[in-house]
Amino acid sequence: MNFIGQVVQWFLSPIHWQGDGGIPHRTFEHLVMSGISILVAALIALPIGIAIGHFGKGGNLAINISNIGRAIPSFALLVLAAQFFGIAAASQIVGFGAVPAFVALVALAIPPMVTNSYVGMREVDPDVREAARGMGMRERAVLLRVELPIATPFIMAGIRTSAVNVVATATLAAVVAWGGLGRFIVDGLGLQDYPMLFAGALMVAVLSLIVEFSLAGVQRLATPAGLRSSTSTQKEGPVGALDTAAVAA
Amino acid sequence: MLATGVGGAVEDPWIRWSWISGHVDVITAALLQHIQLTLIAVVIGLLIAIPLGLMAWRSRIFRGPIFTLTGILYTIPSLALFAFLLPFTGLTILTAEIGLVGYTLLILVRNIVVGLNSVPVDVREAARGMGFRPLAELARVDLPLAIPAIMAGVRIATVTTIGLVTVTALIGEGGLGSLIYDGLLRDFHTPLVVGTVLSVALAVVADLSLASLQRLVTPWARSRAVT
Repeated sequence: MNFIGQVVQWFLSPIHWQGDGGIPHRTFEHLVMSGISILVAALIALPIGIAIGHFGKGGNLAINISNIGRAIPSFALLVLAAQFFGIAAASQIVGFGAVPAFVALVALAIPPMVTNSYVGMREVDPDVREAARGMGMRERAVLLRVELPIATPFIMAGIRTSAVNVVATATLAAVVAWGGLGRFIVDGLGLQDYPMLFAGALMVAVLSLIVEFSLAGVQRLATPAGLRSSTSTQKEGPVGALDTAAVAA
Repeated sequence: MLATGVGGAVEDPWIRWSWISGHVDVITAALLQHIQLTLIAVVIGLLIAIPLGLMAWRSRIFRGPIFTLTGILYTIPSLALFAFLLPFTGLTILTAEIGLVGYTLLILVRNIVVGLNSVPVDVREAARGMGFRPLAELARVDLPLAIPAIMAGVRIATVTTIGLVTVTALIGEGGLGSLIYDGLLRDFHTPLVVGTVLSVALAVVADLSLASLQRLVTPWARSRAVT
């Protein structure tokens, strides 16, 4: 009870709401860093996954890339990026401190998006594709109006998996001298300031859950009406089913 | 290209073989701790996930809450989960294991339910027709047929856990993660590279051995493709 009181007190203290180290600025950093990383990763990963799925070549690569991605610890990726770019030197140049974290987050976000967009494109029934061609659709129309809408729920699932990973790993980036909400946890650990540690964990957890649930909503909205009822059980919930499909395939 | 600290520090190569040969005991200990932390997490995770999975499979009332709860555990970033536990369980192996087990649950429970749901209705009816009681049907028909999906879950959970164990270096455990963290703190590349390479290798070896174990225990699945 006393400890919870200390956490509440930490939140109520005005110092924690001001300046570059305050809650609003740290939250802003966390969101901007995560958002830009996911966007850049999507621009790289989705065309690759969609192309592999559309042309049906290199499927093994698309499946294996997510298995390889899973085997590389995100913590190691962050520290490697930090050492490669050199945090000691980097933190002296304003704004450059974010580069190692950014590179690691983009690298980490790519594999699930490639695999899921590939799986989504392969999910398109060949008969449906044939029917579209039989109706006189050109290749471009088949891709844009038939294949992509059917693949969209899978593509969204990939983006969602990556986004949740990125928000989580951006927390770890505080270890390699970057900001974001992870700062409160890492500094709380260093200073043995448990109320701060706990408050930081609370904010990070809430942010992650908001991202997860809002993207789950977007995923449902992005599912074409005709596919919604029949496939909802398959795509419900985070990562599991799709990842399993990818591994067992 | 190789960044070093400020002030013209000596160029640090990515691998310094002399450090490795001088620290074989440290590296071995880190690897063994990594395997131990992973094994405990996956085994306990499985022991909890099997009853949860059976409950979620059999009853619609439990399914929602079980998936929601394990989903929330899975979504919370590992560092935050450890930070939640730390004020109560301290810098102990218990803090690390509670967090690691929490992460395996969603993957394992989902795959158990998917596996059990994939058992064809005909097969279950045939089993009942042959006089199998519910418990015998579960143990000798449903569960064996669900093994490919369950094993796929165990593989994902194991590889994920091997990656997450590295994070526990921040709370005083870490296995190979302690080498990675050490490399960061001392701005020294070799332990970082050794920790990363061994961690990836461990994940690959674990995944391949679990895959061959799966083929061994499901001889009937060998001839046809697994979906």
